[in-house]
Amino acid sequence: MGMEELTVRGLTGVDMTLTVAGVGTRAYAFIIDWHIRLLLALSWLLLGWLIARIGTSGGSVTTGSPTVFLLGVVTPSMLLYFLYHPVLELVMQGRTPGKRMAGARLVTREGATPAPGALLMRNLFRLIDTLPAFYALGLVTCVFTAQRVRFGDLAAGTVLVLDESSSKSKSLERMGALLQHSTLDPRAAALIEDVLERWGELEPQRRMQLARGLLEKLDTGTSPELRGALEEAQLRQRLQDLLGRT
Amino acid sequence: MQPGATAWLRARAPFWRTLADEVRTAPGRSRASPEEALQTLQAYRTLARDLASARELMPRDAATAALESSYASLHVAVNRSPRYGLARWRTLFLERIPQAARSVRGWALCIAGLLVASALAGWWLITTYPELIGLIASERMIDGVEHGHLWTDQILNVAPSSVLSLRIFSNNAVVTAGAFCAGLFFGLGTLYMISLNGLMLGGLLAFTHQHGLGLALLRFILAHGPVELSVICLAGAAGTALSESLIRPRYPTRAESFRRCAELLGPLLVACALLLLGSGLIEGFISPNPRYSVQVRLGVGLGYWVLMLLFLSGRLVPAHGESNPRHSRDKSTRYSMI
Repeated sequence: MGMEELTVRGLTGVDMTLTVAGVGTRAYAFIIDWHIRLLLALSWLLLGWLIARIGTSGGSVTTGSPTVFLLGVVTPSMLLYFLYHPVLELVMQGRTPGKRMAGARLVTREGATPAPGALLMRNLFRLIDTLPAFYALGLVTCVFTAQRVRFGDLAAGTVLVLDESSSKSKSLERMGALLQHSTLDPRAAALIEDVLERWGELEPQRRMQLARGLLEKLDTGTSPELRGALEEAQLRQRLQDLLGRT
Repeated sequence: MQPGATAWLRARAPFWRTLADEVRTAPGRSRASPEEALQTLQAYRTLARDLASARELMPRDAATAALESSYASLHVAVNRSPRYGLARWRTLFLERIPQAARSVRGWALCIAGLLVASALAGWWLITTYPELIGLIASERMIDGVEHGHLWTDQILNVAPSSVLSLRIFSNNAVVTAGAFCAGLFFGLGTLYMISLNGLMLGGLLAFTHQHGLGLALLRFILAHGPVELSVICLAGAAGTALSESLIRPRYPTRAESFRRCAELLGPLLVACALLLLGSGLIEGFISPNPRYSVQVRLGVGLGYWVLMLLFLSGRLVPAHGESNPRHSRDKSTRYSMI
C-alpha cells in the first residue's frame, strides 16, 4: 500500500503536498491516547475513592455520600475518558498526545487547522466508527477510502496527515546551518548529518562501516590504512569535522 | 541536481536561518500584531518562491523536503480563520441554529408523524397482544405496574435528583446523537431508532393504561416530555437530512455533499444538547416529585416548549450589533443546499 498524499493549493499559488497518515499511524496514536485517558480516568477514580474513604473514616464510601461520590468522582473520571479527544484536539489544534507521538496531526482539506465545530463533529461520529466493536467500521473505512479517513473525518472534512514540522531532519534551521558551515556537496552533507543524527540508534559495527564508507568517498586526504585504524569516536569526530562542526 | 543548484542553495541558506524562527513560532501563536502578521506573510511568500525553485532545481532533495515542511507549517499560520470572539457565539445562536432548524423543518414534521404512528402501533400491539410487553419492559417494571406502582414512583429513593438529571441527560444525549449519526446508513438507522422509541412509548402507555396508571405516566412526562420528544424528532430530522445528502447529493460528490450537510446541521446538535440539559434537569427535579401539581407540570412543559421554539427560531436573544461577518457573507453559498 503506497503513501497517500494530499495536495493543497497554497495561498501563493504554490502547491504543497502533505503525506496522509495510514491505518498503522492512526492505530498507534489511538492506542497511546487510549492508555493515557484510561490511566487518567482510573487515577481520578482511585484518588477520589481514597479521599472519600479517608473522609468516611474507613466506612463504606458509596453508602457514606453517594451523591458526592457520583458527582465528584465517577462523573469527572467518565468525562476525562469520554471528552479526552474532543477537548485535546480543540486545545492542541488538531493534535493529541498520541497523535503527537505518532507524528500526525489533523488538517482540513485546505491544509489548515480544523475549526472547533469540525472537530466536535468528527468526535461525534465515533458513535458510528466504533461499531460494532473496537473501531471496526472506522478501520474498514480507513482502509478503503482514498485519503484513509473514517466517517468522522468525512463528516468534518478532516484528514490525518503526517506532521513533519517537528522532524529534525526537515528543519530549515538545520538545513541552513549545514549549507553555511560545510564546504561539502549539500547532498553529501545531508547524508553525513543523517548518519550522525542516528549514531546512537545504529549498532557499533554498522555505524563504523557507514562512517568509513562515507570518509572513503569524501575525505580523500586520509589514507585507507589510517582510516581503517580509526576508532569509533575518531570516526565520528572526523565526520563532524567534514561538516564544519566544532 | 541541476547545475547551479549548489550555488543557489548556499546563497539562500542565510535567509532560511532567519526564517526558521518564524516557521517555529508562527503556527502556535494565538494572537499576532499587524507587524508579526506581515512578517509571517513575507516569510510565507519567500518560502513559496524558494520552494518552487528548489522543486525545479533539486526535486527529492533534503533541502526541498525542509522547505516543503516549513511552507506547510506557515500555511497553517497564514490560513487560520480569524477569531471573532463573542460575535461567533452570537452568529451561532442567532443565525446558524435557526438556519439549521429551518432547513430540517419539513423532515421534523415527517419524523414527528413517524413517532406518533409508531406510538399508535405500539399501543395497538400491546392492547391486542398484552403478553408482548416483555419485549419492551423489564420484569421489575411489569411487576410494579401489575401491583399498581409506576417505576417512576420511587425513582428519587434510588438516586438523588442531581444524579438522576445527569443520567437522564447522558442517556438522551446518546439517543439524540445516535439518531443523527445513524442517518449515515441512508436514513435506515434513524428511521429504526425513531420507530423503536415510538413503539416503546406507545406500548408502555397502553400497558400502564390497562392497569389504570396511564394518566399517572402522562402526569410524569408532562413537564419534560414535550421538549425531550421534540429534540429527538429534531435529531431524527437532522439524521434524515444527512441521509438525503447521500441519496440525492447536491454537490459534485457524495462525500462533499455529506460534509456540507454535517457542517450545516452541526449547530442544531449544539441546540439539542442545551435543550436536553434543561429537559434532564426538569426530569430529575420536577417530574418525579409528587409535590408538583398537574397545572405546574403543564405550565413547565408548555413554557419550556415555547422557549424551545423561540430559541430555535433565533428570537430568544435580541439581535444587537453585527454578527460574525464571515458566516453572514458565506450564507448564500453555505446554506444553499437545503
